[in-house]
Amino acid sequence: MTNEAERQNTRTMTKADLVETVYEKVGLSKKESADLVELLFETLKDMLANQGKVKLSGFGNFLVREKKSRPGRNPQTGAAIEIAARRVLSFKPSQVLKATLNGESAPAEE
Amino acid sequence: MTKSELIDLISVKMPDLSKKDVAIAVNTVFDSMTEALVKQDRIEIRGFGSFRVKHRKSRDGRNPKTGEPVKVPNKRIPFFTVGKELRDKLNHGKLNGA
Repeated sequence: MTNEAERQNTRTMTKADLVETVYEKVGLSKKESADLVELLFETLKDMLANQGKVKLSGFGNFLVREKKSRPGRNPQTGAAIEIAARRVLSFKPSQVLKATLNGESAPAEE
Repeated sequence: MTKSELIDLISVKMPDLSKKDVAIAVNTVFDSMTEALVKQDRIEIRGFGSFRVKHRKSRDGRNPKTGEPVKVPNKRIPFFTVGKELRDKLNHGKLNGA
């Protein structure tokens, strides 16, 4: 059921599409819609950098995790290198989002 | 931060809009992203990251409580990849305890 035929129609949604949707559905001006969408993602970025956690009920949670440094190898040359300590961002989809994607009725919001 | 705090922060910076409109707009954004993923579309937010749906084939599993064999059905799972700008931003701040 979930195969190539289904994937062929895949397109990519961008910020411009979100601005258009806010403009059409919410009735803000074009500029207000664009400013709001821009501000939304800027705020998410700032909060993740400063607090490391954002919970969006019904959608999912973003969590910044600290990774320790560890030994690695350059896969092309085989040379041993140190992979530096770094921060990674993980996204945990909500139960609601997972259920919706699978065509199940959404459980109550967590 | 939660969604309601996100709405508050946006409201403060867009004082010409009512908080109600900001709340509706923020919910519209996430609803619209959910709809895109339901259609199996990718979402790419430059500087933030991208979302795509991966497929998990059905497999044989077991009920961990009873040991009874069960069929785990096909599943669609959303995946997020962090964008370069955000990844750099996370790593240029101070590294304090997680």
